[in-house]
Amino acid sequence: MSFGFPELAAIRLGYGLSPLMPPPADVGAVLASVDTAGPGPEAVSTDDAREMSLRLREMGEASKTAGEAAAEEYRAFGRMLSRMMLTDLQRRIARAVDDPVGFGERLVQFWSDHFTTRPLGAAVQPLGLAFVDEAIRPHVNGRFEDMFFAADTHPMMLVYLNQNESRGPNSTFAKKRKAKGFGLNENLAREALELHSMGVGAPYAQKDVRELAELLTGLTYSREQGFAYRPQMAEPGAETVLGKSYGGGKRDGLEAIRAALTDIARRPETAQYVARKLAVHFVSDDPPEDLVQAMTAVWRDSQGDLPQVYRVLVTHPALADTLRQKVRQPYDLLVAGFRALGVSGAQIAGLEHPLNARMTFDPMNGMGQPWGRQAGPDGWPEEAEAWIAPQQLAARINWSLSMPRRMLEQLPDPRELMQASLGGTQSAALAWAVPKAESAAEGVALILASSDFNRR
Amino acid sequence: MPNLNLNRRFFLKSAALIGCSAAAHPLMSSMTFAALPGDNRLVVIILRGAMDGLDAIQPYGDPMLRKLRSKLSLGPQNGAADLDGFYALHPQLLPLLPLWQKGELAFAHAVSTPYRDKRSHFDGQDLLEAGTGDDLPVDRRIGGWLNRLLQAIPGSTAETAYSVGVEQMKILSGAAAHLSWAPSASLRMSPQAQLLLEHVYHDDPLFRDAARDAAQIGAETPMMDKTQGPAADARALGAFAASRLNDQSRIAAFSIAGWDTHASQEAVLGRALDRLAAAILALRDGLGPNWERTTVMAMTEFGRTVRENGSAGTDHGTGGALLMAGGAIRGGRAYGDWPGLGEGQLYAGRDLMPTRDVRAYAAWAMRGLFGTGRDVLEQTIFPGLDLGDDPGILA
Repeated sequence: MSFGFPELAAIRLGYGLSPLMPPPADVGAVLASVDTAGPGPEAVSTDDAREMSLRLREMGEASKTAGEAAAEEYRAFGRMLSRMMLTDLQRRIARAVDDPVGFGERLVQFWSDHFTTRPLGAAVQPLGLAFVDEAIRPHVNGRFEDMFFAADTHPMMLVYLNQNESRGPNSTFAKKRKAKGFGLNENLAREALELHSMGVGAPYAQKDVRELAELLTGLTYSREQGFAYRPQMAEPGAETVLGKSYGGGKRDGLEAIRAALTDIARRPETAQYVARKLAVHFVSDDPPEDLVQAMTAVWRDSQGDLPQVYRVLVTHPALADTLRQKVRQPYDLLVAGFRALGVSGAQIAGLEHPLNARMTFDPMNGMGQPWGRQAGPDGWPEEAEAWIAPQQLAARINWSLSMPRRMLEQLPDPRELMQASLGGTQSAALAWAVPKAESAAEGVALILASSDFNRR
Repeated sequence: MPNLNLNRRFFLKSAALIGCSAAAHPLMSSMTFAALPGDNRLVVIILRGAMDGLDAIQPYGDPMLRKLRSKLSLGPQNGAADLDGFYALHPQLLPLLPLWQKGELAFAHAVSTPYRDKRSHFDGQDLLEAGTGDDLPVDRRIGGWLNRLLQAIPGSTAETAYSVGVEQMKILSGAAAHLSWAPSASLRMSPQAQLLLEHVYHDDPLFRDAARDAAQIGAETPMMDKTQGPAADARALGAFAASRLNDQSRIAAFSIAGWDTHASQEAVLGRALDRLAAAILALRDGLGPNWERTTVMAMTEFGRTVRENGSAGTDHGTGGALLMAGGAIRGGRAYGDWPGLGEGQLYAGRDLMPTRDVRAYAAWAMRGLFGTGRDVLEQTIFPGLDLGDDPGILA
C-alpha cells in the first residue's frame, strides 16, 4: 500500500477522501482552496440578525392582542430562530462535504473555535451565524490582527463575554445612574489576552486585564441601535496595557481599541501561542517543536499573515511524520463519513426537520460535541483522550452501524470503500478484518468505526 | 506508510491498564474483591465555572454583606434558610435542608486552591483537579489528585474509581487505571462485529481500552429510569455514580457546569444549585444504606467578587465555599474561619480572603476514609500542602 501528498492532504488538512472528487494535487491546490472559505450565499449579517430579533419582539407584542393566528405566527418564528444553529450546522456540513479540498472549511472551524461564542436564546441565534460570516470567514486567509479585532468587537462576542454589560465606573453614563451600580466586567478583556492572543502563561498581569477592560468600555450592541461605540459609557482617561498607553483623547475610542488589539496581536507571545495551537489542531496534540518554531518565526516575520503560516504547516515533514496522531472531532468524523460514502451536500441539505437533527446534532452530542454548546470560551478540547472515553466511542460505533443504512439505498462493497476512503493509509489489521465481516453493513461499520478512520 | 507514532500519554494509560480487564485480573473474584479497598466512599463533584459561595451559603450575619450586595445574597428575608444565625442556605438549596438537620450536610467557607490572581476558569480548574501548588509551570501540573489517591490505596483496581458523564475529568487522569461511563450510552453490536473491531483496535490502546470498557460496562449497567426536567442530567449522574458505588467502586467524580454568573446571577445560579441539589439527593437515594459510609465534596475553582458587578452578577474572585454531604460526615455545622468582609479584610480589595486551602479538607477526608498517611497526602497527593489541624469533618 502506498499513498502520496494528495491522500495525506485530504485526510489531515481536509475532511478525508471522497469517491466523487479527486484529492488536492499539490501544495498550491491546498493553499489556493482557502480563498473559497469566504461568506457564502446564505451568509447572515449583523443587520439581518438585528432585524430578526426586532421582528420576534414585534410579533411577540402583536401576539398578545391580535388573535390566535398572530400568536401561532410568533411561535413559528421563534421555533425557526431556535433551530437556526441546527440548520446552520446542516448547511456547514453540506458545504464541507462538497468542498473539494476542505482546508478552508477546516480553518473556519478552527478559528470559530479559537474565538468561541455561544448564542443563548432564540433572539440571539442569528447573531451567532453572523459572527462566523462577518468576523471569521472574511479573515481566514488574511491577517490575524484583523480577525482578532473583528472577533473581539463583534456584537456576538460582546454579548457572549459580557462586554455589553460593562461600563466605565467613572463614565458619565454610570455616574448619572449611581443607584443602578453600573460597573466594569472583565470577562472579554481577560479572554482576549488569555485565550485569543497571548495565552495564559504570558507575562501579563491582573492590572493589564483591568486596564484593557476599561479601554473596551463603550463597545455596545443592541437590537435597536446595532453595534455602536458610546463614549458616554467609556471609562475616561488613558489606559496602560502591557506598558503602553492607549486612548485618553476625546474622539479616539474605537481606534484606541484597535491600536491596543493590534499591538497585542503582534506580540511574540501571540505568535508562539496561536501558531502552536494551529499545529496542535492540525498535526498532533504534542506537535514537533521544529514545526511550532518554524510557524512562529514566519508568523512573527510576517506580522501574522495567515497564508504564509499555513504554507509552513502544509509543506512541513511533520505533516507526514505525525499521521494519525489526531483524533477526528465528531464534526469532522461526520463530514468524513458522508464524504467516504459518496453522500452529497445536496442530500444533507435536503434533510427535513427532525431528520436533520437525527443525522447531525444527535450523533455529535453522543460523541461529546453538542454543537453550539461548548462548555466555556476555550471551545472544544484538542486532546485525543477527551474524545474517546468509552461512552463517546460507543456513540461513534453506533453511528457507524446506523448512519450508512439511513443515508444510502445500497451500501458500497466494503473492500472498495476501504480503498476509496483511506487511499492506502489503512492498517494491516483493518485490511485483514474488513473482508471477514458477515455483511456489507458490518464491513462498512468496521471501516467508519476503525481508528484509521477516526484518526487523521 | 509512516509508522503510527503513538503519543506517549497512550503508553502511560495503556501500561496502567494492562491486566485490569475484569476477566484477566487476578483479584477480580467477588470474594476477594469485596474486601478491597474498604467500604468507605468518596464522591467529588467539580463545579465548573466558579460558584459564588457568598450566594450559595450566605453569611448574612456579617453586616458588610448588605453594603457590598444589594440584589444578591439577601439572606433569610429573601427566602434563604437560616442555618445558625450567621449563615443562610440559598433558597434553591432548600431541598438539602433536611440533610443539614440530620447532620449530613456541611460546608467550609473562605476556602481556595493555591491559585491566585489570574482568575482563569481553565487554569483554576486544572489546578483544582491536579491538586498541585501554584508554583509549578502549567504543563507540569499533570495527573489528578484522585488518581494519586488511587495509587496509594492498596488493592485498588480500575473498577475502584469512576469518572461519570461525557466530560473528561482531569481529577482522575494519571497512571492508575479507572473507568468512565455516561449514564446514557449503550453499544449495539453483533458479537462477530465486536470481535473484528477488537482486532482492528488492537494496536491502538486508546481505542482498544475504551471499546473494551464500553462493552463491559454497557453489559453490566441496568437500564436507568428516564428522568425528565431541567435537573435530569445531574440526577442521572448522581444515580449512576451511586449504582457503581453500591457495586465495586469506592471513588466517583463528575462535574456540574453553569456557575459562571457574570450576569443575571439570581436566575443562572438558581438553575445550577437545582442541579447540585438533584445530584446530591440522587446519590443519597441511590446509595441507600451505603450513604452512611459516603462523603460527598462539591468544590469549585475559585469564588467570585464580593461586590456585585454592573449586570446583577459577580466576576471571578478568590475565596469560595466547599459543600460537603453524606452520612459519613459530621454535618449541620459550618467549618473554617470567617475572614470578614470589611475594609482590609478582603483579598486584593475585591475577593473573599481564603482562610484555608480546600485541599486540606479533601486530605483529611481521605485520611479518615481510606487511612491515607499524612506524608503521602502532603508529599504525593497534594505535593507541598501543609495538612494543618484536623477540622473533624468526619463523624
